[in-house]
Amino acid sequence: MSTRNALLAACSVLVVAHSAALAESPNLGKAASPEEVASWDISIGPDGAGLPPGSGTPQQGEQVYLAKCLACHGEKGAGKPNDQLVGGQGSLGPGQTAVKTVGSYWPYATTLFDYVRRAMPLNESKSLGDDEVYAVVAYILQLNGVIAENDTIDAQTLPKVRMPNRDGFVRFSRGK
Amino acid sequence: MRQKTRPMPSEPEQAAGNGVLDRRLFLTGGAAAAIGSAVLPDHARAAEALPVEPWMKTPGSPFAPYGQPSKYAGKVGRIFASAPGTTGTGASRTPHHLLDGMMTPNGLHFERHHSGIPDINPETHRLLIHGLVKRPLTFTLDALMRYPMESRIAFIECAGNSALLYQKEPAQLGVQPIHGLLSCAEWTGVRLATLLDDAGVDPRAQWILAEGADASGMSRSVPLAKAMGDAMVAIYQNGEPVRPSNGYPMRLLLPGYEGNANVKWLRRIKLTEAPTMTKDETSKYTMLQNDGKALQFCFAQEAKSVITRPSPGLTMAAPGLYEITGLAWSGYGKIAKVEVSADGGASWALAALQEPVLPMAVTRFRSPWRWDGGPATLLSRATDETGYVQPSRSRLIADRGARAAYHFNGIASWGVAQGGEVRHVYA
Repeated sequence: MSTRNALLAACSVLVVAHSAALAESPNLGKAASPEEVASWDISIGPDGAGLPPGSGTPQQGEQVYLAKCLACHGEKGAGKPNDQLVGGQGSLGPGQTAVKTVGSYWPYATTLFDYVRRAMPLNESKSLGDDEVYAVVAYILQLNGVIAENDTIDAQTLPKVRMPNRDGFVRFSRGK
Repeated sequence: MRQKTRPMPSEPEQAAGNGVLDRRLFLTGGAAAAIGSAVLPDHARAAEALPVEPWMKTPGSPFAPYGQPSKYAGKVGRIFASAPGTTGTGASRTPHHLLDGMMTPNGLHFERHHSGIPDINPETHRLLIHGLVKRPLTFTLDALMRYPMESRIAFIECAGNSALLYQKEPAQLGVQPIHGLLSCAEWTGVRLATLLDDAGVDPRAQWILAEGADASGMSRSVPLAKAMGDAMVAIYQNGEPVRPSNGYPMRLLLPGYEGNANVKWLRRIKLTEAPTMTKDETSKYTMLQNDGKALQFCFAQEAKSVITRPSPGLTMAAPGLYEITGLAWSGYGKIAKVEVSADGGASWALAALQEPVLPMAVTRFRSPWRWDGGPATLLSRATDETGYVQPSRSRLIADRGARAAYHFNGIASWGVAQGGEVRHVYA
């Protein structure tokens, strides 16, 4: 048997095994165009791929925060009645009461953009424009001392922001 | 030092200290003998005839399109709490102390919503599969209904279930508020792998992002291996369309995985090279350990058990024969055995496992117990088919720390006091 035939034989075994495990598909999915996908493809990975055009500064973000976030997250992200967003850095060490905030715990700044854009403000999610999201992200990062007052956050700068707890996570494995 | 040898049973039926009886007792009909002469049936005869009630004499209610529980069973309900300023963001919990068997009725399945329950029109709902695929596709509910389906019974447990046991002092609460973020249902739907095959998986893909259509766009990254394995797009729950509170018209079912990853109202699967690092897999659902590092992507729920009866709120009326019963489950496979103790863990007896015993489903266990009316501390300990044994609370906290917040699977204990009151205690 030639190498090519052996390969073909191996492939057909794989195909048989595969179709035994999975029922045959009626193939009823409809092709999705890039235009269709765009409005739903809102997730932003840590590399920043998918971040939209636009930008914002901490100063601009403060205005957004006062109008849209203050009622739930308190003055300058101090929390109450809902999650605290600022502070707690250095509280994760042994024996301490951990205060988990964006500044003390979140490993990636891109997560903040992704989450605010998709889910905040809770009672009218997806209502902020991209500039407003960049701005309020900049404000929260600046309150946490992660960026400076004069920094601008956009698709290029956000993925480069290094969060204080970036190396604070370990992949779980059973029995460890 | 704790005595390691099992106390000599005083009677043949006794399987462990403080009255735990042989698990075969009810099956072999030895219950009467076990009760012995101490507790005899009341032979005093009533003078009056048994009543012929009104419902025995007149026709009952007419038909209804969808049946409801008896009005006398009205206490069998979920309890819930919402985040400040919201009405539907929070969790509701299953009343396991009032249920039996292994299946959770749909109206009592626990819920965890991040922005309420969306009112989704199935006509316009779409499931989009895209990212690292050859052909991005959308599926309607009608399309999925034509796919080959399969059913499996699976538990779903919130990673935050039983987290109160990380506290220093035992919370004075019962099964429902402490352990009620667990439910078990029969789910029917389409293998996700079939749909991913339709789209054609790019070899670079290692993860998927699963996203909900709710206002929070709840989203989680899941390894592609799980997505191509036993993952299901569930359309039916216990035989009827999935309830809105559990993801209507479709949800992701990842058997054994923490509840949060079983994304409800599933609208999008994106194939990616690496995890997206969403809010719920970084800032939440990660376990902060003693050393300050947090464990991430803790997907499967560990082997665990809890006694549902007796439990707080169910005061025991009189000494005599009782059944200790509860639920055991593991996200790593089947339950192999459950042991029960009535003396705080000094001695243990095997409980009977009720069939069926299924992987990633809850298993009902039962153990006959003769309560002598004195103090008792009731514990259960599960072992799964991988050989993993549910750890004590102190062992779990020693290993992991008390700041982990999620995945508490240590042994839980109920204290029975003289007089029959049951309280949450740490053994």
